[in-house]
Amino acid sequence: MRNLTGGEANITLPGTTVREVIDNLESRYPGMKERLCEEGRLRPGIAVYINGLLSRGSVLERVDADAEIHFLPAIGGGIAESFD
Amino acid sequence: MTENKEYKVVGTRPIRHDGVDKVTGRALYGADFQIAGLLHGRVLRSPHAHARILSIDTSRAEAFPGVKGVVTAQDLPSAEDRIADLGEGAVNLKHLCDNILASDKVLYTGHAVAAVAATSPHIAEEACKLIDVEYEVLPPVLEVRQAMEPDAPLLHETLKTTSMGETADEPSNVASHIQHTLGDPEKGFAEADIIIERDFVTGTVHQGYIEPHNATAHFNQDGHLTIWCSTQGAFTVREQVAEILQYPISKIKVVPMEIGGGFGGKISVYIKPVAALLAKKTGKPVKVLMNRTDVFEGTGPTPASYVRVKMGATKAGKITAAEAYLAFEGGAYPGSPVGPGAMCIFAPYSIENVIIDGYDVVVNKPKTAPYRAPGAPNAAFGSETVIDELAEKLDIDPLEFRLINGAKEGDRRADGPVHPRIGFIETVEAAKAHPHYTAPNGKKHHGRGVASGYWFNIGLESSVTINVNSDGTINLIEGSTDIGGTRASIAMQAAEVLGIPAESVNPSVVDTNSVGYTAVTGGSRTTYATGYAAYEAAQDVKRKMIERAAKLWEVDASNVQFEDGVFSSINGKEEQISFRDLCGQLGQTGGPVVGSGTVNPGGAGGAYATHVVDVVVDEETGKVEILRYTAVQDAGKAIHPSYVEGQIQGGAVQGIGWALNEEYIYNDEGTMTNASFLDYRMPTCLDLPMIDAVIVEVPNPGHPYGVRGVGEVPIVPPMAAIANAIYDAIGIRMTELPMSPDRLLKAMGKI
Repeated sequence: MRNLTGGEANITLPGTTVREVIDNLESRYPGMKERLCEEGRLRPGIAVYINGLLSRGSVLERVDADAEIHFLPAIGGGIAESFD
Repeated sequence: MTENKEYKVVGTRPIRHDGVDKVTGRALYGADFQIAGLLHGRVLRSPHAHARILSIDTSRAEAFPGVKGVVTAQDLPSAEDRIADLGEGAVNLKHLCDNILASDKVLYTGHAVAAVAATSPHIAEEACKLIDVEYEVLPPVLEVRQAMEPDAPLLHETLKTTSMGETADEPSNVASHIQHTLGDPEKGFAEADIIIERDFVTGTVHQGYIEPHNATAHFNQDGHLTIWCSTQGAFTVREQVAEILQYPISKIKVVPMEIGGGFGGKISVYIKPVAALLAKKTGKPVKVLMNRTDVFEGTGPTPASYVRVKMGATKAGKITAAEAYLAFEGGAYPGSPVGPGAMCIFAPYSIENVIIDGYDVVVNKPKTAPYRAPGAPNAAFGSETVIDELAEKLDIDPLEFRLINGAKEGDRRADGPVHPRIGFIETVEAAKAHPHYTAPNGKKHHGRGVASGYWFNIGLESSVTINVNSDGTINLIEGSTDIGGTRASIAMQAAEVLGIPAESVNPSVVDTNSVGYTAVTGGSRTTYATGYAAYEAAQDVKRKMIERAAKLWEVDASNVQFEDGVFSSINGKEEQISFRDLCGQLGQTGGPVVGSGTVNPGGAGGAYATHVVDVVVDEETGKVEILRYTAVQDAGKAIHPSYVEGQIQGGAVQGIGWALNEEYIYNDEGTMTNASFLDYRMPTCLDLPMIDAVIVEVPNPGHPYGVRGVGEVPIVPPMAAIANAIYDAIGIRMTELPMSPDRLLKAMGKI
């Protein structure tokens, strides 16, 4: 996703839920929301990690002010779909 | 859970609840299923690895006496080229449907093209021969690097590489490119005193479950579809069939029969939608069974791969940088496990500077399917061999080298997340302290090797319901197919909460209409997540039973405590009643008690393993014999140690087979030439010593008893451990799997 962030790997953003964080990502880096979401949900094949723990599939998950969030390929029952 | 505790039930070894039925042959598997009016289905498969389907004429088959129906891809609803989330992973719906019954092209030998339902399996088989398929045969591509060449035959004319967010203009067999970076790899390699770079190749390997796929489907008159089958996940079968047939999930019931192994290979569906199509067409129940050749040729193996690993370290043994290039075969459709391979490859180590590139590539082989820690064994074969060579060149003991560089809580993985509490270091320390590691091993052509491995483990959704019986027992209803003794490990977690013996729990694995959504038995999640749901359901029961005791004693529930299976009043009345006795008074205190638990936990906790192996290499034949094998693994908390040991031993044995013997061997036309267990050589008990399974317990804070999944990571280290042992024995680094006698002889210059 770094092609959308100008090469930035770590970005600090406000937000109390994953959805708010993604909305704020989109404001700063247009195109990011489409990469991550489909019809208001995380795209199939994408997982969100909050503070190192998998929180799969929900943009409604609450996040602390200092939470670290990663978007990674989902691993489900051994099935994994790549995304970039 | 952050500390080891002693429990009454957890950590003991009761007899598994399903054991008697299984050893006496009474357990019912899919092939045993019978129903009145049953027809038998058979699938016609492609004889070509790559061909365009010009026409299919089923008229002669349909006219054959005893044939009741024939289906082709024309009978499937037209599939969109869109991504569907099936709960267990995302799939392209058109690819999913085309893999069930090919529509325009066949992409591997064994690809299903049509199916027949008839009054006997033999008639169905004969009728398949009467289906006339006209093919335009195309050149196949069977190897990942060849498939990546610009002039390689294209499997999908519309497939274009997505790479770093961009989609290429031209079609390619490379479906996607992913990259993870951490730190500054260039700087890290500049700081290294030694750099090792090696190429590795692994073969196509099948899970080798003993029970072939099976499915019986039946449509009721009201349109409700029931499927009885062997599966790792009844709910994912329901979702996949619903998507493929474009049929409402509310009208599909999946009944999981007992399962004779899966290892990841019984998550994807193959013949289940076909049986449903035939049942719909004929109006009769239809059973479809695969034979072993069908399984090898028509279901997903784990992919062959090309892996290049480069690592640098200081003289003191500190790894300064690591680089990996992973190209994995997806088989006929995209979806190789290169993602998890890339995420796992350096996860045992704390490395500041990393770059990992992964490529998902289609080839003319069956679409790959999960197999124990998918992607991680291929990756670890490369990284753990290079680690061994670094340690050797630096004259540092290989386990000591791992201790110097081992990942700990707080270290960052190359793919981003920071490790929670993990037990890698503890596995290395246990391996180093094991008598095996210091036992004499200096004979000619004898060698010892070590390797480590990582797998994420997953959580996902599980549901459990508990019904309390009046005799003090409970019926535990779950949706997780029991592959490795999970009825017992789940029941034990409920028993621990309620202070009753494991034998007082009657666990049942039920159909999709009878329990809440439960994800697959896979990802090493079942004892963790469904066990967690059982824990929550038992807590629900406990709360309700406390209310019943309070009612009995006419006190507030806050004045009742429960410990070791006994309810006590704590308001001075000194009343006591056991769980069993209170169960006998449910009728007087308000009626039945039912508890439920649903979870979707995120703290699965990663699993690590470190293996030690001794081998002897026969200089004349090239055969490698395993003399001694010790597998150390962090289980977090072993609920039932026997079944944890069984998983460790099973994973190690499958890894040994992958290392030494197993591979799909193809002829030039792209047909597998060893599609039977006679020629596809899996290890048997005669080939192996007893695997010494050593359980380390570093509790997972993400589970009430500290459980970590155990089923997958034991297959990660064996290939590199054995390669390192072979090097120790004969001084040759083997970089291609399997390390079969012919490859050994070639490497030794004997042939």
